[in-house]
Amino acid sequence: MGLSNILENVIMALTSLKSNKMRSLLTMLGIIIGIAAVIAIETVGGSLTGSVTDSMSGMGVGNITVGLTQKSSDDTSGTSAGVTLRRFMDNTPGAEDLISDEMIGEFEETFADKIDRVELTREAGTATIDKYGDPDTTISATLTGTTPETLQNLEEDTPILAGRWLTDADEGKYLCVVSEKFVQQAIGTTNADAVGARVVLTVNGNPCAFYVAGVYKYVENEYASLFGAQDDDSIQTTIYIPLETARVLTGADEGYQNITVVTATGVDVTSFVDVVGDYFASYYTRNDTWTASASSISSLVESMTEMLDTISLGISAIAAISLLVGGIGVMNIMTVSVTERTREIGTRKALGAPSSAIRLQFITESIVLCVIGGIIGVILGVSMGSWLSSLIGFAAKPSISAIVIAVGFSMGIGVFFGYYPANKAAKLDPIDALRYE
Amino acid sequence: MADSKQFAEAVARRVNGPRRPRPLIEMQGIRKSYYIGQPNELEILHGIDLKVYPGEFVAIVGESGSGKSTLMNIIGVLDKPTQGTYILDGVNIHEARDNQLAAIRNQKIGFVFQTYNLIGRQSALKNVELPMLYAGVPGGERARRAKEWLTRVGMGERMRHQPNELSGGQKQRVAIARAMVNEPALILADEPTGALDSETSRVVMDLFHEMHERYHKTIVLITHNPALAQECQRVLTLKDGRIVDERKGGGARGAL
Ligand SMILES: Nc1ncnc2c1ncn2[C@@H]1O[C@H](COP(=O)(O)OP(=O)(O)O)[C@@H](O)[C@H]1O
Ligand SMILES: [Mg+2]
Repeated sequence: MGLSNILENVIMALTSLKSNKMRSLLTMLGIIIGIAAVIAIETVGGSLTGSVTDSMSGMGVGNITVGLTQKSSDDTSGTSAGVTLRRFMDNTPGAEDLISDEMIGEFEETFADKIDRVELTREAGTATIDKYGDPDTTISATLTGTTPETLQNLEEDTPILAGRWLTDADEGKYLCVVSEKFVQQAIGTTNADAVGARVVLTVNGNPCAFYVAGVYKYVENEYASLFGAQDDDSIQTTIYIPLETARVLTGADEGYQNITVVTATGVDVTSFVDVVGDYFASYYTRNDTWTASASSISSLVESMTEMLDTISLGISAIAAISLLVGGIGVMNIMTVSVTERTREIGTRKALGAPSSAIRLQFITESIVLCVIGGIIGVILGVSMGSWLSSLIGFAAKPSISAIVIAVGFSMGIGVFFGYYPANKAAKLDPIDALRYE
Repeated sequence: MADSKQFAEAVARRVNGPRRPRPLIEMQGIRKSYYIGQPNELEILHGIDLKVYPGEFVAIVGESGSGKSTLMNIIGVLDKPTQGTYILDGVNIHEARDNQLAAIRNQKIGFVFQTYNLIGRQSALKNVELPMLYAGVPGGERARRAKEWLTRVGMGERMRHQPNELSGGQKQRVAIARAMVNEPALILADEPTGALDSETSRVVMDLFHEMHERYHKTIVLITHNPALAQECQRVLTLKDGRIVDERKGGGARGAL
């Protein structure tokens, strides 16, 4: 069988399918739906994973968060009385439960080569202040206590415009670093003149005076615009203050409920996160109520991807059923076609067609039917997928390999489900076929 | 040239006695039964002996149901006899496998049917190309030869037409081109004018004469029309599955 004969068979198949357009289309439907579903879910899956990874990498893929969690009732560590009492305890950790500076110090020493730094922050609530030149309007800002090290790492995204970041020497002092937006909102001077200014913030209802040590660049939150244009006065920026100052302001115990470990570059975060979790948990084996655990964005992304894979698998299973039903439909319609064209088959045999040629003709027809269905399915799936992924907000394309596999698979369906009717045609007795009414 | 050939044949005949070339069709005691082994077993052909020599134009006549088509299908190796021997162009068809029979139909036989049997939704050209497709002739050559034969049967202007756009006579001309295109030795026609009016029948019959005279084809033709049968060289009459009469045809044409 030469290439030209295969081409001739394909043309013959197309002619035959064209003469029964409606029937061919209906037969293809199962395959179209099956292939479209697979391609669409491929695209949507890629889009979801992409958007999740994208938005989370901004949050720091190399970060591990260590936090206190309450022990579950089936955790048998701690004293037996404690285990029994556990469920009756209230859920705020006491001073002795918090992650202490000693633990952090030991941790930093043990894993010096694996970690870049440990970021410590303490939220001190929301501070309010009168708007500059308009005492009736109130400006809000978030008060965050943090270490000089952590602040240094903000320089890349929000560089200092005037003054300086806080240093170790500022610990416990009432100094702050504000945004340029805050300078406009509440101070009303140039950035340079704002440095050294005295601002009286209301924290938890109490006035509290701070001196401005520095002004950092204001970067508009990209998600804020999602909710429409914001009123300039309602924009809430962060005021950074020393860690110890924040602790005193909130009256909290020494120690931390959460810390952020920034891993060194090249460290496998997903496996290191377990090491960190186990390390901190080891401090809490004798604690009746609390323990520490670690999590990371990477592991979150991973479990998210896993979940998506499960969903894709489910939809693929449905698509497989659709393809199976489609294949049976193809077999049915090919059987009908063979019966309808019995006399044609007889004529072809009289003209000298060997059985193999008849078989090839009908298998080709079945393949062409399925491949056209597959191609329509791919087109439909791609457009459906790109529409859905535009809704998700992360443009994704299905992989070329997925398209090739889809078309190849529909070809396989054509061969598999076309073989039986084609063989039936090939085995017809020429005389019986010619005399068929 | 022709004179010297005739002279050589005449000499040969005188030396060897009357001698004819090997028959193209050689049948002996051909029987065909249906429902074999069942209580209603039915024998349609009761021992046919038949020899057809290359270049002959033979007509088969007989009542409807006398077994003409059955015999024709056996001659065309579409069907196998229940008993008897059949040697076609030196090949014992009882020993041939299905694929070999297909090749024989493709290379040695051209069929023309009463109902034309053109493949629907395929142009006249594609229909004529079909036997060459099964013979493995390359595409360009197929189209060239198909056009040539369509032109010879007077269908050169309608090569792109589909069967449903052609009249009965035109369809039969396409069918004759299709039967001729692989240059078979034997043309088998089962009532080729059976569905045509007398005027069109004349055109089609003339085409068969042309295939016989100009292209030296051996032709076996079934007809109900005694006048058309009379035009052939030899007329066989079939009755109830037996050849009951064999005579020479008049050869006079235009008897319609
Ligand atoms: N497949 C078959 N099964 C049973 N009987 C058949 C079959 N084919 C033909 N016959 C019978 O054989 C006889 C001869 O048929 P046929 O050769 O077609 O006659 P003709 O062509 O001379 O009109 C008829 O009586 C027909 O009924
Ligand atoms: Mg008949």
